[in-house]
Amino acid sequence: MKQLKSFGAFWYDFIIGDDWHVAALIAAGLALTAILAHAAGVNAWYILPLTALAALAWSLHRVTARK
Amino acid sequence: MNALPLIITVFVACAVEAVEALTIVLAAGLTREWRSTFQGMIAALLALAVITAAVGPAVGHLPLAELRLVVGALLAVFGLQWLRKAVLRATGYKALHDEASAYLREVTAAKEAETEARRGIGDWYAFTLAFKGVLLEGLEVVFIVITFGDNQKNIGAAVIGAATAIVVVTVAGIAARAPLTKVPENWMKLAVGVMLTSFGTFWGAEGAGASWPGNDAALLVLIPVVAVAAACCIRWLRSRKTTALAPAKQSEVVTP
Repeated sequence: MKQLKSFGAFWYDFIIGDDWHVAALIAAGLALTAILAHAAGVNAWYILPLTALAALAWSLHRVTARK
Repeated sequence: MNALPLIITVFVACAVEAVEALTIVLAAGLTREWRSTFQGMIAALLALAVITAAVGPAVGHLPLAELRLVVGALLAVFGLQWLRKAVLRATGYKALHDEASAYLREVTAAKEAETEARRGIGDWYAFTLAFKGVLLEGLEVVFIVITFGDNQKNIGAAVIGAATAIVVVTVAGIAARAPLTKVPENWMKLAVGVMLTSFGTFWGAEGAGASWPGNDAALLVLIPVVAVAAACCIRWLRSRKTTALAPAKQSEVVTP
């Protein structure tokens, strides 16, 4: 069980890292892009870069505001 | 797309990983025992070869749109992690990743650990230290090579970038016989973060069904935009830190 936990923790740290909000925002950005492209026929290429930059700024704001 | 940006991106990303692996291997080899250290390195390289052989062809068989969606998401998250850390280090909110102090930490721990022979390995500590270091850093190299190479349909160019980085860092390490402390690691990480975020965003959006204006040429705009955004973040956090420190300094002057 302990080994399984450390295996999971390794992959969580490897992929998600210090701030899970960033990963969640990227997933939301991708989902929105896919919905707009497939359901509404909108070519929303700009959503993901904007989400990525907003996620970076927000994550940096959160971590530095505490210090 | 021209293979050069791909080779350069993979080279820089893999060089950073190679420097970190080299630091651990040198700490194990110089303070413990080279034979067990090399055994650990070889075991890790074999494990990496098995992982690559298992994952590589499977990734190649995935449909391109789904592959780009998953890989794009992973690279964007991965790249933003690197960018976040690099920006925090550049602005003093996080301690710089210092290879010299990392090396000293590993050396101190290695000197204190007892020598124990296990499973035909003379020094188990040196073996596991080298194994873990090479495997963990190597996994990141494999991830970068497979994702970048497969998405650009140019695994060969990605392998050239990674192999060159590993050879250059290894030769430099052997020549210096010390951790590569003069490598501007944080700025390299910042550059890698910019590239990973840009490529991840580009592929992720494509995988989700969007088409970029100008197709691949959009990357030539996206990369500078992400770089400028990272530079703006550094500027913003530096000014925030200065503003936060100013009242404290003033009160120090006023208080007798």
